[in-house]
Amino acid sequence: MDSWRQHRSAFWAAFTAPTFWLVVFFLIPLSLLWLFSFGEKEGITGINITWTLKQYARALDPLYLGIFAKSLWMAFLTTLICLIIAFPVAIAIVFAPPKARLWLLLLIILPFWTNLLIRTYALIAVLRTRGQVNFGLEWMWEHANSFLTLVGLGSYNLLGADFEPLGMLYNNSAVLIGLVYVHLPFMVLPLYAALDRLDRSYMEASFDLGAGHIRTFRSIIIPLALPGIASGIVITFIPAMGSYLTPDLLGGTDSQMIANVIERQFKSANDWPFGAALSFILMYVTFFGLALRAVLSKREKMGGKAA
Amino acid sequence: MTSSTQSDPIIKIDQVSKTYPGDVQAVKNVSLEVHQGEFFALLGPSGCGKTTLLRMLAGFEIPNEGTIMIDGEDMTDVQPNARCVNMVFQSYAVFPHMTVAENVGYGLKVDRVKKKEIQERVAEALELVRLGDLGARMPDELSGGQRQRVALARALVKRPKVLLLDEPLSALDAKLREAMQMELVRLQKTVGITFIIVTHDQSEALSMANRIAVMEGGTVRQIATPEELYEDPNSRFVADFIGQINLFDGTAVASQTEEKVCATVEPFGTMEIWGETLGPVSLAIRPEKINIDIEKPTTSEHPMAQGTVTDIAYYGGYSNVFVDVAGTRIMAEVSNDTRIRSSTFERGTKVWISFNAEDALALGD
Ligand SMILES: Nc1ncnc2c1ncn2[C@@H]1O[C@H](COP(=O)(O)OP(=O)(O)O)[C@@H](O)[C@H]1O
Ligand SMILES: [Mg+2]
Repeated sequence: MDSWRQHRSAFWAAFTAPTFWLVVFFLIPLSLLWLFSFGEKEGITGINITWTLKQYARALDPLYLGIFAKSLWMAFLTTLICLIIAFPVAIAIVFAPPKARLWLLLLIILPFWTNLLIRTYALIAVLRTRGQVNFGLEWMWEHANSFLTLVGLGSYNLLGADFEPLGMLYNNSAVLIGLVYVHLPFMVLPLYAALDRLDRSYMEASFDLGAGHIRTFRSIIIPLALPGIASGIVITFIPAMGSYLTPDLLGGTDSQMIANVIERQFKSANDWPFGAALSFILMYVTFFGLALRAVLSKREKMGGKAA
Repeated sequence: MTSSTQSDPIIKIDQVSKTYPGDVQAVKNVSLEVHQGEFFALLGPSGCGKTTLLRMLAGFEIPNEGTIMIDGEDMTDVQPNARCVNMVFQSYAVFPHMTVAENVGYGLKVDRVKKKEIQERVAEALELVRLGDLGARMPDELSGGQRQRVALARALVKRPKVLLLDEPLSALDAKLREAMQMELVRLQKTVGITFIIVTHDQSEALSMANRIAVMEGGTVRQIATPEELYEDPNSRFVADFIGQINLFDGTAVASQTEEKVCATVEPFGTMEIWGETLGPVSLAIRPEKINIDIEKPTTSEHPMAQGTVTDIAYYGGYSNVFVDVAGTRIMAEVSNDTRIRSSTFERGTKVWISFNAEDALALGD
């Protein structure tokens, strides 16, 4: 009975801290925010909870709906591009020799160990007018030009009189590049995990039965890796949808996503009720995505599960 | 016995070697031929290179040296999906996301066979492996034995020239395994396709195959019919690996009779036995070919010795009696062919053991 008491106190000791943490730093602020979203601004700092739906109605303004749609679109593109890049990467890692595999995985995880801000600034350094990409292009331009001169075509300025650096920053493509760069590991890792678990003999059986690589990829690998693909999509899409730093630093004036709008409500606009309402709409959209994933995985389980 | 004299072999493996990265020499200079309609077994202890050899036939491994001919064509470097052989994997590899019928039809769909024909052939193949009414099931609703039948049907439906089976029975329980052995033999007779089966279980190979290649350490030690392997093994390794046998060390010198040697083996003395190896040899004799008597046998030309029974292992239909003869342990199989006999020999009984020298072999390594 004594040991039972000891266990009980150990249980409470282990249970209290995280519960306390969760309640104080997550549930209480979230509830407050939820209350704010049904309130109205009163003076400079005051918020009057009037249970009005005004803030949600404001969010339906075409301006904000447009930004929501744009965020969804950006997140969708990010997820799609990540999926297209990550699949071959994950396959390459799975089929790499065991020693190389470890290093490749490390390479994928490495960015997680650096601050997002630093990574984004590094990307700026690479993409800006006087950045590495443009240097590289200039180098190629010069060599191509001197080659043309060498073959006697130098005087025609076939490649333009001067090198024009590409403006790759402060527009939507810059945001997309940044989002893909930041979220790629989220896609590679679940795909890798799914493919690594996959029994090689399924692929061999497919080859043995006469299928080629593409057929095997389509009919065997993708269906069996579906749980990994779904996880990858979800954990790429959700943070991409709520991205704040990347569009803020890499985007132009027309590149803002919903998180940037929300931030503005809490800071410069000082409109907490509206910011809260927008936040909760974003959260509901995310929940919807998660629910969709749960339904999909359930259907898949009913249709026979991967070994 | 019969097929080895036929004309063109369906499979001709010629001096094939395979070395894996890390300098693992899995198959060393193996040559063998398999003929149309044979049930051929690759038999050997674990790690002797059976699977590697089979995978080279399927196209999953490319030999470092040598050639592989299938039905007269050089297939050494041909991709697996372009070979007219099919494989039943040790893990069965039944696709978990397809129904039984979809699994069986996969190879036909890949070959762009017409839908109607696929349906017919799938039904026919499922009938053949006695899974006629399970086409709509998912693999996780099947037992291990049923899943194996799916793998079999999936390979057979392609009508391969050769069916490759890697340890097909190792995952089944003992009772099912025996039933499945008979089933495989029946199946092979029905479809007439050449089967090449990999197994480490000698009784499995003996009971199913027409011919067996015994492998050890990447090399083939002997290729023969089950009966030849048992009664006429070419080496101590094969004799020891197939069934049970007594091996006594001795020396052999040339004898007058062809294909025989004069062997001197303790505790039996010198005798003329079958064999061609001279020098240090093992006298090999199967336990059921050793006679065991209380009285001294009267047939004086048989090698004999007196000893003491040390152990009796009872197996129902027969018992193995272990006799100690001046420090040499000898195993004799005694058939329990009447009900009231089992008590004849007991531990400590003085007995005479003898055998016909014609039944003994002189074997080298
Ligand atoms: N892919 C591989 N890479 C390296 N070594 C291997 C590989 N496959 C098998 N081997 C080695 O080759 C030898 C033969 O293996 P295998 O053909 O599987 O034998 P068996 O099927 O007779 O048990 C073993 O020593 C095994 O460890
Ligand atoms: Mg094996």
